[in-house]
Amino acid sequence: MMFWSKKDLLGLEYLTQEEILLILDTAESFKEVSSREIKKVPALRGKTAVNLFYEPSTRTRISFEVAAKRLSADVINIATDTSSVRKGETLIDTGKNIQALKADIVIVRHSCSGAANMLARALDISVVNAGDGWHEHPTQALLDIFTLREKLGKIAGLKVTIVGDIAHSRVARSNIWGLTKLGASVTVCAPELLLPAEIEKMKVKATSDIDKALKDADAVNVLRMQFERDENAAFPEQLDYYKKFGITEERLDRAQKGIIVMHPGPINRGIEMSSGVADGDNSVILEQVTNGIAVRMAVLFLVAQAREKIKNGDID
Amino acid sequence: MKKVKILDKEAINRSIMRIAHEIIEKNKGIAELCLVGIRNRGVHLAKRLSDNIKKIENKDIPCGTLDITLYRDDLAMASGQPLVRKTEIDFDLNDRKLVLVDDVLYTGRTIRAALDALNDFGRPKSIQLAVLIDRGHRELPIRADFVGKNIPTSSQEAVEVHLEEADGSDEVLIAGKE
Repeated sequence: MMFWSKKDLLGLEYLTQEEILLILDTAESFKEVSSREIKKVPALRGKTAVNLFYEPSTRTRISFEVAAKRLSADVINIATDTSSVRKGETLIDTGKNIQALKADIVIVRHSCSGAANMLARALDISVVNAGDGWHEHPTQALLDIFTLREKLGKIAGLKVTIVGDIAHSRVARSNIWGLTKLGASVTVCAPELLLPAEIEKMKVKATSDIDKALKDADAVNVLRMQFERDENAAFPEQLDYYKKFGITEERLDRAQKGIIVMHPGPINRGIEMSSGVADGDNSVILEQVTNGIAVRMAVLFLVAQAREKIKNGDID
Repeated sequence: MKKVKILDKEAINRSIMRIAHEIIEKNKGIAELCLVGIRNRGVHLAKRLSDNIKKIENKDIPCGTLDITLYRDDLAMASGQPLVRKTEIDFDLNDRKLVLVDDVLYTGRTIRAALDALNDFGRPKSIQLAVLIDRGHRELPIRADFVGKNIPTSSQEAVEVHLEEADGSDEVLIAGKE
C-alpha cells in the first residue's frame, strides 16, 4: 500500500493514478465528518492555513475555509487587493512572510500559470493550488471526479464530455489529466476558436458539435463561460453560444438516459445551460459543492501530514 | 526475527467467549449495551463479541466502527495505515453502556484518541474497554475492563494479532527485535 508523500498539491498532471485514488478514498472517509452533529475533528488542531487569493473567488475560498475549519485548523484569509501586494510585494516575498508567521499551509490562487509551482519551490511549508492561470485547478477536478465516482461507482471506462471555453480553462485541464489517468475517455467540445489545436496531445477527442459530444457520454461537465472577462474577441455572442452549445432539456433527451450534468459554478443560466437542466434530475451541481469540502479536507490533511513527516526526516 | 505463538485459534475463541460472558455479567444483561470496534482489528473482534453475546442472550446488540486517525495526538504518527477510513456508528450513543473493543492495549494513546472521538458522537452512560491482549507499558492512566490475555513484554518486542477476517488466520505472535 502506498503512503502520500508530497507536501504540496499543485496539479493532477504531477500525480500518479494511485495518488489520485488515495485522495479520493481519503475524501470518502472525510465526507462522514460533515454529516455529524459536531462537524469537526481535531486532525489539524494547532495548524494554520492561509488563503492567499490573487483572483476573486467566493466558493473555492469558502470551501477551503470550511474544510480547514472542520479539521480544526486556524484560517487566515488574505485579500490581495487590500494587502501589501498592492504596494508591490512579489508573490515569493508574500509567501516567505506567511512562512515566517509560522503558517503551515498556503492555499494560493493566481492569474499566472505556474504561480503555485513557483511558490511551492520557494517555501518549506505546504502549498495547495486553488487555481493558477490556465494551468490547473486540481481540487475542482478532484471533486468533479469524486462526484462522478460516487454517482457511477467507477471512473475507468466512463465517457466524459467537457463543454465550454477549453482553451482558457484550468478546470478542463485538471479534469483531463485526472480522468485520463483513471482510465476514462474524454471528449472536449467548444467553439473552434476556444479549442486549442494542441489539446489532442492530451489524449482527448475534440469537436465543435455538441450533439455529437453528448451522444454516448456518461457525464457532461459544463464549464463556466467567462463573458465578464471578455477581453478576447474570440468569445461568441452569448445567445449564439447558448443556441450552439447550451445544455438544454431537448439536448439531454437525445443523450444517454441518466447522463450526469456537472458545473463548477457559478452558473450562467440561459448561457451554459437551461434552468431546467441546472435544477433537473441529471444535475449534481450542489452535490459537487458538498463533496468539495470532503475533497479539500483530504488534500489539506494529506499535505500537512506529509510535511510533518518531511520535517521529522521520515521521508525526503 | 524470532516469532513465538502465544495464542492459537482455540485460545482466541475461548478468550472472546469469556469476555462476552463477562460483559453480560458486569452489565447485568445487555439492555442499553453497544459495542464499538477500533479499526482495524478491533472491528472484527467487536463483531465476534456481538455474535457471541447473541448466542448467549439471543438478541442483537448495536455494533459500530471507529477510525481514530483524525484524533491522534501526533499528526505524523497518524499513518499506521495509509488510508483514513470511515467511522460508522449508525445508532445513538447517548445513554448507552458502550464497550470499546481493540486488539492490543499498549501505551493507551489509541484509547485516549478513541475516547475523544466518541465524545463527538454523543454522551454514553459509561464506556468500558475490552482488549484481546494487554501488553503493558502504559503512557496514560488507562486500563482495560475486559482482557483476553495479559502478556508482559519488553518495549523492544512487537505483538502481532492475526485474525481470520483480516489476515487469513487466528493467532497472536510475539516478535523479539533482533
